[in-house]
Amino acid sequence: MEFAELIKTATVESVLLSGAGLPPVRGTLCITSHHLLLSSRPGGDGAPGTVELWLLIRNVDAVEKRLAGSSGTITLRCKDLKVLQLEIPGMEECLNVASSIEALSSVDSVMMMYPFFYRPQDLRLEAGWHLFPLEQYYQQIATQTSQWRLSGVNRDFAACPTYPPAVIVPAAVDDEALRKAARFRQGGRFPVLSYYHQKNGTVMLRSSQPLTGPNRKRCREDELLLGTVLDEGERGFIIDTRSAQAAKQARMTGGGTEPKSSYPRWKRLHRPLERGRPLQESFIKLVDACNDTSLTMDRWLSRLESCRWLSHVKAALSTACLAAQCLDREEACVLVHGAEGTDTTLLVTALAQLILDPGCRTLAGFQGLLEREWIEQAGHPFHLRCARSAYSHARLKQEAPLFLLFLDCVWQLGRQFPFSLEFGERLLLTLFDNAYASSYGTFLGNNEKERCLCKVKESTHSLWAWLNQPEEKRKYLNPLYSRNALVIWPSVEPQSIQLWQGLFFRWIRSSKYLDEAWAEIQRLVENDDTSVEESAGNRRSQSLSDTAAQTENER
Amino acid sequence: MEHIRTTKVEQVKLLDRFSTSNKSLTGTLYLTATHLLFIESSQRETWILHHHIAAVEKLPLTTSGCPLVIQCKNFRIVHFVVPRERDCHDIYNSLLQLSRTAQYDELYAFSYNPKQNSSEQVKGWQLIDLAEEYKRMGVPNANWQLSDANRDYKICETYPKELYVPRTASKPIIVGSSKFRSKGRFPVLSYYHKDKEAAICRCSQPLSGFSARCLEDEHMLQAISKANPSNRFMYVMDTRPKLNAMANRAAGKGYENEDNYSNIRFQFVGIENIHVMRSSLQKLLEVSGTKGLSVNDFLSGLENSGWLRHIKAVLDAAVFLVKAIAVESASVLVHCSDGWDRTSQVCSLGALLLDSYYRTIKGFMVLIEKDWISFGHKFSDRCCQLDGDPKEISPVFTQFLESVWNLTEQFPQGFEYNEAFLLQIHEHVHSCQFGNFLGNCQKEREELKFKEKTYSLWPFLLQEQKKYQNPLYNPDFSPELTLLEPNTVSFNFKFWRNMYHQFDRSMHPRQSVLDLIMNMSEQNKQMEKDIKELEAKIKRKNSQSDAVLVKEPLQSAPPAPMALKTSPCFKKEQPLMPVNDSVRTIEGSNTADNRYSEFMEEFSKAEPAVVSLEYGMARMTC
Repeated sequence: MEFAELIKTATVESVLLSGAGLPPVRGTLCITSHHLLLSSRPGGDGAPGTVELWLLIRNVDAVEKRLAGSSGTITLRCKDLKVLQLEIPGMEECLNVASSIEALSSVDSVMMMYPFFYRPQDLRLEAGWHLFPLEQYYQQIATQTSQWRLSGVNRDFAACPTYPPAVIVPAAVDDEALRKAARFRQGGRFPVLSYYHQKNGTVMLRSSQPLTGPNRKRCREDELLLGTVLDEGERGFIIDTRSAQAAKQARMTGGGTEPKSSYPRWKRLHRPLERGRPLQESFIKLVDACNDTSLTMDRWLSRLESCRWLSHVKAALSTACLAAQCLDREEACVLVHGAEGTDTTLLVTALAQLILDPGCRTLAGFQGLLEREWIEQAGHPFHLRCARSAYSHARLKQEAPLFLLFLDCVWQLGRQFPFSLEFGERLLLTLFDNAYASSYGTFLGNNEKERCLCKVKESTHSLWAWLNQPEEKRKYLNPLYSRNALVIWPSVEPQSIQLWQGLFFRWIRSSKYLDEAWAEIQRLVENDDTSVEESAGNRRSQSLSDTAAQTENER
Repeated sequence: MEHIRTTKVEQVKLLDRFSTSNKSLTGTLYLTATHLLFIESSQRETWILHHHIAAVEKLPLTTSGCPLVIQCKNFRIVHFVVPRERDCHDIYNSLLQLSRTAQYDELYAFSYNPKQNSSEQVKGWQLIDLAEEYKRMGVPNANWQLSDANRDYKICETYPKELYVPRTASKPIIVGSSKFRSKGRFPVLSYYHKDKEAAICRCSQPLSGFSARCLEDEHMLQAISKANPSNRFMYVMDTRPKLNAMANRAAGKGYENEDNYSNIRFQFVGIENIHVMRSSLQKLLEVSGTKGLSVNDFLSGLENSGWLRHIKAVLDAAVFLVKAIAVESASVLVHCSDGWDRTSQVCSLGALLLDSYYRTIKGFMVLIEKDWISFGHKFSDRCCQLDGDPKEISPVFTQFLESVWNLTEQFPQGFEYNEAFLLQIHEHVHSCQFGNFLGNCQKEREELKFKEKTYSLWPFLLQEQKKYQNPLYNPDFSPELTLLEPNTVSFNFKFWRNMYHQFDRSMHPRQSVLDLIMNMSEQNKQMEKDIKELEAKIKRKNSQSDAVLVKEPLQSAPPAPMALKTSPCFKKEQPLMPVNDSVRTIEGSNTADNRYSEFMEEFSKAEPAVVSLEYGMARMTC
């Protein structure tokens, strides 16, 4: 396929660009294989034109055209929720532009995506790809206990196509048993270690559902695997992210859940979390309501309610808190799974780690967490889930905004603990944008196997390499951050959960005054740090842990 | 006191309001003449002023004792369990008596003694001078003058003595107009905009019925419009819903007929009356107080209460007013029925949006004194200071504070004061500890000699000003924008958690950005001061040693940083996180605070019997 075939009209003169909160600009519109460009006309004295728009076509979620007389208007609804209007003189041009953008934005082949063509000068291709090897994570655990080993059972993706080549498993279970256990779990996702809680040595595992089916099949190796995780007399919790009813029904289609008789020391807890299509619809409804600024208060509240997004946020946070609590307070091991183990499961395991582990709350630690619990190690199918965003008219296939829900929950944690995350809202927004359309290869494909086949690591740049450049990195840091070694337990009352305005209203309302206030905070903190660097910083963190320790003691 | 039968009860339990388990704190309950005091075994104290109590309820006896639920006007709700029913009954009866006051001189303000001498007391009352404020606005001037018509409260009992009216409005016009206005509240100046020469005026509804006219009143309005050289047209804003205003016509009241008044544009803005607001708040509190509330129930409850809709309506009205003045330079006359509830809301918010002075700490005090206290918002009735008609109670002033809070959220750098300031004012509007808000109007306050017998709140707030300062405040906040133009799209209005859950500590962010910043700038100031002192010391020392050793200064310099490290500011160091008496800042957090944990506690208690976990789980999923 040649991109040129898809581009019917490459340039159009005198196109008027407008968008919410922007003054309209007239200029020349160019369509390239991956970008939509609009440069305003050079001034009369031959001044160079300025580029007003540089839009990745992959970012376009929906194209709407309206013809009126000899001209037409194209509305571009983007995956990052931005809405742009192009007024194009000439009916034919308009139709051509619209269909070119449509065709280019629906190219589905991973190898044709922009990251394979993007070659920034100041980045090296290989940079950023191997920042967070699992081996390193394993080494940390190995210094504490010898109960876990790094297994290469999945070296050629044979046991589980969505797992990476290396996984951390109980030392007592050999690869052959793992292979058998894999056959007993949907998609081969046998239980692997997701998190080791250093404080008390408990672990969080994740997997997919067991294939018990209608005949209540069992698998000795799977039982053994879970059995060896628990010491003598210990008990563990299985957090199933489906309702008890749904888990039971899954047996009809070959799935199911761990029966108590075969896993006597594991206690099952059902915490239903929304996924798949209903979650995507919730996202669509919310964005729809946010875009309607003419709503009366009653309509607004009722639409906010009926989209249920905030309920999903609350449910995800509470379930993650439950998992964290099992580990930290009950000192019990936890296994998390839903059905496939690639969606809500990861939402829970990733959030629980953020709550428990201060290491995950740094900028680097958070990137590592994403690699471990979403991308490289966990195989969340980004390509499928983030194919379309909230505006698309296309028939929904496998889209679901689980990653966005995760980012929203992280934002809520950041709101409740403004000094405890090293990164700010801006990072979360950037991650959202890049998960849906990116110049970088980090979120490409559905799992490690696909990324290997496409040679993503060899032929694209990593988002982390770009983010971690000192100049760039500064923008994502939270100036108020002060390392807090404690567990951060959020409030999950509805009164404490807020709509993420920075994301959902990003292009709708002006945030000038809020941004200015934030810049002022930054200025104040930086001033403070430079004038009394050591003492203030130290004391800030000290008094924080002091008071926090106090509350801990009170209990 | 005769109402107190039992002064001390031991082994009382304080239950967590939102807890579904029976988690509780045990302590001793004391009843004093002014407060109910609970001291936990950990020595933490909870003080509840009797005047703050809105309702006391005795619930049916349980195995652990007799439950007593106390609801406060500052939205604190405490749930005690008293071991013996007799004690509970005594306390219940005492509180019923103590929280209902029949006469002003029984209020706390009359016994409160802050150890000020009488000259300080007088000075305190003089802190806010409204004549000074009108001067600041630019009146009297060529078009506006001070009228002595109401010198002895003869024309209008509920207005202040000093009133500003158009120069062309003669006494007969004033008198005639006042007779045509409900409760005699004729049109007077509330705020004068110097640059636009436009005025915000306020009054009550005209007694127009279906067809009545009053020439003096028509002249009065004409005088107002003539007092504005920039625009002869003036707006008349009726802040009521049209239907309500029309219904009033049947009672001989109503609204201005545009045909009878020249140069006016009449506009309804639709803010509901005090009864609707009261029941709206009631509904809001029912929702927010529900145990185990789901997000959807919360949102639909919020919607059904209509509370945010009302807040939006109030702010929308103020925005309308401000546009008329700022864009069209037109004067605006605002009224509702009696002109002391909705009118006060709209006039004061309008002035706040127009004039940055009211966004300073002192200016906000002035604004409240002017548009609320002096113009006779019935604080006593609305806040139920004395035992009276429950139908007169209404959260009109609370709505005003909430509207201001919403503005501070939109303009984080636009206000000198912070949320704590608004909450503290709300606290004292109900506390009856200071004289400012007692009574319904100035005449009453004078007759009862409040200024001699009680203290003013403002000097106390100014004294602890630091607590109420917004560290992000920028006095030059967009100089072209002394005018605030808030965005009143529905999604900009948020539930005010820190007001309605002020005392529910588990619900708040565990780390406060503003407190941190406030302390940082505080400490920086302190350190700068210390550095200066030390430098001065070094200089002194150097000059002394200079006399003896010429080369010594080089060596005496290094000790400076050392001295800095052990400088006084580190010793007398305040904790960086203000551990102030309010429970709003909570650092760190624990699972016990949150509901997701209680289920766990339930089945961790059941340990090791795994079977009973089933029970805990069932409750979790249902």
